[in-house]
Amino acid sequence: MARLELSNLHAEVAEGDEQILEGVDLEVQSGEIHALMGPNGSGKSTTAKVIAGHPAYEVTEGEVLLHLEDDEFGEDIEIDEDQRTWNLLDLEPNERAALGIFLGFQYPAEIEGVTMTNFLRTALNAKIEEREELFEDEEDEAEEEDDGFESSPMEGPADEGEVGVAEFQGILQEKMEQLDMDEKFAQRYLNAGFSGGEKKQNEVLQAAILEPSVAVLDEIDSGLDIDRLQDVSSGINALRDEQGTGILQITHYQRILDYVEPDHVHVMLDGQIAKSGGPELAEKLEDKGYDWVREDVYGTA
Amino acid sequence: MSSDQDHLQETDTEARFEFKKEENAAVKSDKGLTEEIIRMISEDKDEPDWMLERRLRALEQYQNMPMPSGWPGMPDLSELDVEEIIPYIRPDVDKREGVDDWTELPDEIKDTFDKLGIPEAEKNALSGVGAQYESEVVYQNMQEQWEEKGVIFCNMDKAVQEHPELVKEHFMTTCVPPSDNKFAALHGAVWSGGSFVYVPEGVTVEMPVQAYFRMNSEGMGQFEHTLIIAEEGSEVHYIEGCSAPKYGTHNLHSGGVEVFVGEDAHVQYSTVQNWSKNTFNLNTKRAICEANGTMEWVSGSMGSKATMLYPCTILKGRGSTDTHITIAFAGEGQDIDTGAKVYHNAPDTSSTIESKSISKDGGRTNYRGLVHIADGAENSSTAVECDALMFDNESTSDTMPYMEIEESKVDVAHEATVGKIGDEDIFYLQSRGLDDDDAKKMIVAGFIEPITEELPIEYAVELNRLIELEMEGSLG
Repeated sequence: MARLELSNLHAEVAEGDEQILEGVDLEVQSGEIHALMGPNGSGKSTTAKVIAGHPAYEVTEGEVLLHLEDDEFGEDIEIDEDQRTWNLLDLEPNERAALGIFLGFQYPAEIEGVTMTNFLRTALNAKIEEREELFEDEEDEAEEEDDGFESSPMEGPADEGEVGVAEFQGILQEKMEQLDMDEKFAQRYLNAGFSGGEKKQNEVLQAAILEPSVAVLDEIDSGLDIDRLQDVSSGINALRDEQGTGILQITHYQRILDYVEPDHVHVMLDGQIAKSGGPELAEKLEDKGYDWVREDVYGTA
Repeated sequence: MSSDQDHLQETDTEARFEFKKEENAAVKSDKGLTEEIIRMISEDKDEPDWMLERRLRALEQYQNMPMPSGWPGMPDLSELDVEEIIPYIRPDVDKREGVDDWTELPDEIKDTFDKLGIPEAEKNALSGVGAQYESEVVYQNMQEQWEEKGVIFCNMDKAVQEHPELVKEHFMTTCVPPSDNKFAALHGAVWSGGSFVYVPEGVTVEMPVQAYFRMNSEGMGQFEHTLIIAEEGSEVHYIEGCSAPKYGTHNLHSGGVEVFVGEDAHVQYSTVQNWSKNTFNLNTKRAICEANGTMEWVSGSMGSKATMLYPCTILKGRGSTDTHITIAFAGEGQDIDTGAKVYHNAPDTSSTIESKSISKDGGRTNYRGLVHIADGAENSSTAVECDALMFDNESTSDTMPYMEIEESKVDVAHEATVGKIGDEDIFYLQSRGLDDDDAKKMIVAGFIEPITEELPIEYAVELNRLIELEMEGSLG
């Protein structure tokens, strides 16, 4: 079990003083699905990026904590008492990823020349390695010797503890089948020339392979036709059901929530969580829009 | 994983390029360029008179030509003093033509090549290697089946002795005459070693022919000559790798490459070069392509203080084709000026040029290209694509594509993109667990992928590793 906790989070654009988050409080446990809704410009995407450590934003106040339990990474790693709580704001984006944070992008980068297979295996191994470093005692660290150079991101053979090429092929194939993805994807370049739907499917595939504790999915439903929406939704449900991932689902629309049923729904207005509730809150938003929330909370429309 | 790749992984690459041996030369020329030195080189090689005469004529041409100047943005060659370069060093190997058995080599040479990973690569994947140490090819091996088909692969000095008719006809006559440019003339005077490849009509050499050049001594010049003759309907892929350790004084590498592509023949010439940061790398490489012949240049240019290299193809026969894929990497204090030249001298010819460059820490890369389509070369087409990737705001990249189009019925395309490594791209990869360095490495590896996919795996791995080391700044 893991718990992501945002408390009184304030953030602004790093180059400028525009305040975007004005005190966000939010808690997501693994195994739960939270929907984060709200009009454009209310701070939903910024919240997602701040959790993942995007350099364009500066946190001015508040905390982002990740609490881990012993079973978090299987039997490989025992988590000491004093390493159960991490302040993500002190960590690099890749360290946050290693601790189990995943950000599904609304507009993922296209990286030419890097195949999906190569990228995903590199990412998986980087995460395993980083995790070892984060949880390693300092004494062990001193013993470890640098044996020359690191393996190339292109063609590195598997070191001890790494997932090798053959083993990874099996993992990838299985996950792609679950998501009903064409096996040709494995050899395509990362997001290059992917349709909008393919990109979203790819984000869910990456989450399935990296097995995060908490996945923040930023408008993963935008630009999807109904078939693809169902594929993506079943992928998200599988993340929760099979891996116990906690989901923070950022969306504008009720539509995806028909397939990915949230345990909690939050409405964001002007950089704060204005209202929280159960699935019925999303339905009410669908019917009545956001203005009534504003009225409800601030007493004005 | 094959043991070959394991070996490559285990070798400390940085040490490989810093590694140098005490000189142990049998014959070493004086510095500078005089008729006596040219005669000494020729005599030491026991060359026929006609070759000595060509050398002396080239020397005369060299002395009468000015240094290149007036090119917009050309690299600064003012620190290059040819009079201070030692043009010829022959290592202490008994058999001048090289030895066929690895174990017969002197220990110091074996050690050097061991460090470079050459023997392992040779044992496992390569069908033939000519390894040049200083000015001589000291080791080569060739599969018998090639010999039976009439394929010749030997060092250039041996070719002068054993295949004089072929060499006499093709050596610096029509393809790269010494009069071409000052450094071609210099090369013609002092050239030493290199490879000779002859593929008879209709023969396909399935495995790549490979050579590795190493410049080991301080203040020397290396002037290897490569001559490839592919007769009608034949096919061959030649690969060379080059490197040099770091020294305080300047080295000069001025190689010459001549390729004759017969009718319907196909030649790929690939090179991965990594010179020390004080080497001036000034080469002349050219191919002449007969009807329906195909020439492919694939090159990765790393290292050097300044590189000027523009592999050239003359599309002489109708329907001939030329492809260039080049990658250049420039770090601090480096000026890599490279590109391609294509002359479309016949109808229905086509060419594509794909040039990629990476610059960081104030390095400069420049694409300098010339595409000439002659009057009458109708239905010819050319496509030029230049992509530049920069790490920071101090680095620069220029594109200088010259197009000389004298025929109207042609298809010409040019495209250039310049970009800084994108912050969003790096963040995306970081969010998936890669640290900042690995994210950059992955983006660069993807950027050069069109090159690496054209190379055999060992060279692709080598090129990737070199670029990684450059990015870490760990190469002197």
